[in-house]
Amino acid sequence: MSAQARGELPLWYSAGLVPVLNVACAFLVAGLVVLAIGASPIDAVRILLRGALGSPYGIGYTLYYATTFIFTGLAVAIAFHAGHFNIGGEGQSLLGGLGIALVVLNLAFLPSPLLILLTIAGAALLGAAWAFIPGWLQAYRGSHVVITTIMFNFLAFGLLGYLLVGPMKRPDSMSLETLPFVEGARLFRADEILGWMGIAMPRTPLNLSFALALLCALFTWVLVWRTRLGYEIRTVGANPTAAHYAGISSKRITVIVMLMGGAFAGMMATNEILGVQQRLIADFTAGAGFVGIAVALMGRGHPVGIVLASLLFGVLYQGGAELAFDMPLMTKDMIIVIQGLVILFAGALENMFRERIAGWIFRKPVEVAP
Amino acid sequence: MIEFVSFMVVALDSAVRLSVPLLLACLAGMYSERAGIVDIGLEGKMLVAAFAAGVTAFLVPNPWVGMLAAIAVAVLFALIHGYASINQRGNQIVSGVAINVLASGLTAVLGNAWFREGGRTPQLPGHARFQEITLPGADLVKDVPFLGTLYSDIISGHSAPVYLCILAVPLTWFVFYRTRFGLRLRAVGENPHAVDTAGISVMKMRYGAVIICGILCGMAGAYLAIGQSAGFNNDMTAGKGFIALAALIFAKWRPVPALGACFLFGLLDAVAIRLQGVALPMIGQVPVQAIQSLPYILTVILLAGFIGKAIPPRAAGMPYSKDR
Repeated sequence: MSAQARGELPLWYSAGLVPVLNVACAFLVAGLVVLAIGASPIDAVRILLRGALGSPYGIGYTLYYATTFIFTGLAVAIAFHAGHFNIGGEGQSLLGGLGIALVVLNLAFLPSPLLILLTIAGAALLGAAWAFIPGWLQAYRGSHVVITTIMFNFLAFGLLGYLLVGPMKRPDSMSLETLPFVEGARLFRADEILGWMGIAMPRTPLNLSFALALLCALFTWVLVWRTRLGYEIRTVGANPTAAHYAGISSKRITVIVMLMGGAFAGMMATNEILGVQQRLIADFTAGAGFVGIAVALMGRGHPVGIVLASLLFGVLYQGGAELAFDMPLMTKDMIIVIQGLVILFAGALENMFRERIAGWIFRKPVEVAP
Repeated sequence: MIEFVSFMVVALDSAVRLSVPLLLACLAGMYSERAGIVDIGLEGKMLVAAFAAGVTAFLVPNPWVGMLAAIAVAVLFALIHGYASINQRGNQIVSGVAINVLASGLTAVLGNAWFREGGRTPQLPGHARFQEITLPGADLVKDVPFLGTLYSDIISGHSAPVYLCILAVPLTWFVFYRTRFGLRLRAVGENPHAVDTAGISVMKMRYGAVIICGILCGMAGAYLAIGQSAGFNNDMTAGKGFIALAALIFAKWRPVPALGACFLFGLLDAVAIRLQGVALPMIGQVPVQAIQSLPYILTVILLAGFIGKAIPPRAAGMPYSKDR
């Protein structure tokens, strides 16, 4: 998407103005929906921003939500660079959670730092494994990765549903959850870490996995733009035929990007399960895999864009929670509407302004993206 | 034995009901994908349709008015997908995801704002819903073994959309394989350039297909909200649009096998509900999730080419532009 859509236009236009216009359009339509249910969009934005950014408490929550979206956004973006669409973030994250639970519940005797490292590895490994099958099927059997990842989302829900009512269920509780984790298997929260440095911060779920998410974003940038493998990935995405001619195996690349996408999605569970829940619960992803699609499209596949888009969605989720409190009409579903509109305008309709406005600004016919 | 027969009669009867929304959505997807527009937004279109049906049937207590409203809204969403895919040549998968997410958010926001019942629409009285129809002679042959039971307990006693849906299968077959429109529609999905060369507008054909897709999704949604239930519930499609997509692949994009695939998936669902917590002789207790996952597992295996081969229409998912 981004590589081929960039065309001949300057960066500030194709990576700056156009995405901003597309997202502005999404928010404009969302504003109309707010008006339609009889609320004031201006008030809504004010409450939303104050709730998300007006206090250290709000900022903590905003960053906590953003952490999740960075992981799932990268999961979508890395596959995008090779021309594949990974809709399976939801299922891969669930499996990541399972990986964490399996490590913690079986190896609880290990010293804390080692245990935590192993849980992160477990999350990445199971997420990657869940993405490997669709990736392999796409590469070697030609089954479309979009359809198989959708199917694997449902299969993941089925698998976790089965495990949490059956073999892994906490015996003394009615709810669908495993036994609580040992204290050693917990990522430190931001307020604890800042507290050691003598900085007071109210308690929020923001934890160390935020740093892990930023590391993953940095890793993605280095990998895609500064390594030979990244060059191969981008070549396959831009032109599989040319890649083949240059001796790059698009099958190998397909499997690799799906493995990495799955690992990123799986590590999303470190934020939810390891950082906050401290036990495996059902449906903890809550649609984060789909937010990842919006984030990746909005950030145009670039890690910097993804982090920024994740922060915006973090603001929306945290502000949206405050909004639901102050304006009962504005439930959290309003955020889902915005998310859908962002995917529509920044994704499916991304070329709507591109050619038209380029014609006005640059006064020349513009090569149309295929 | 008698226990097993009565179990099967009940299961088959509810399989008919459960497969109706699947079949309508599956046929909807078939029109769209056969014309080259990949549609993973069936779920979203069904959901907005179900919502529109629930709201309208509450305001105007007539199921047919509810269904018309459902069709209108589903067609509107289908046109958004059409505009993005056909005019804007956008990514059809992304557009489908957008439709699904938007539908899930909008129905919840509007439902909550209008009715304040947590996203549900008010319970509908009987005359605002599709009523069960007893087919002629059903009571007469009730006591005839097997065939009588089949007719009176399984075939008879469903609401009007069920019969419309079953009629839609031969109709779709006829349209696809016996009409000029159907030939062109299939050609547009396989080789749009050839169709264009023959002087037929690819754009018009694809819009036609997308609109038919919207109409059928509308019927599917209406059946969910005012046929199967007495109003709209939050996320009431619950993945049915994706099972329909699986059925579409399973049927290899053909109408008559689609009937079989949807009925099979409907039956799996019906059996899964009834087997919950029941220990079967020899096998023991089968996890419900295992049966519910079967449609997805079967579809993945089929897509992988281990049993037969599912080949999509050749131009599916590719935007058409004249100059290439």
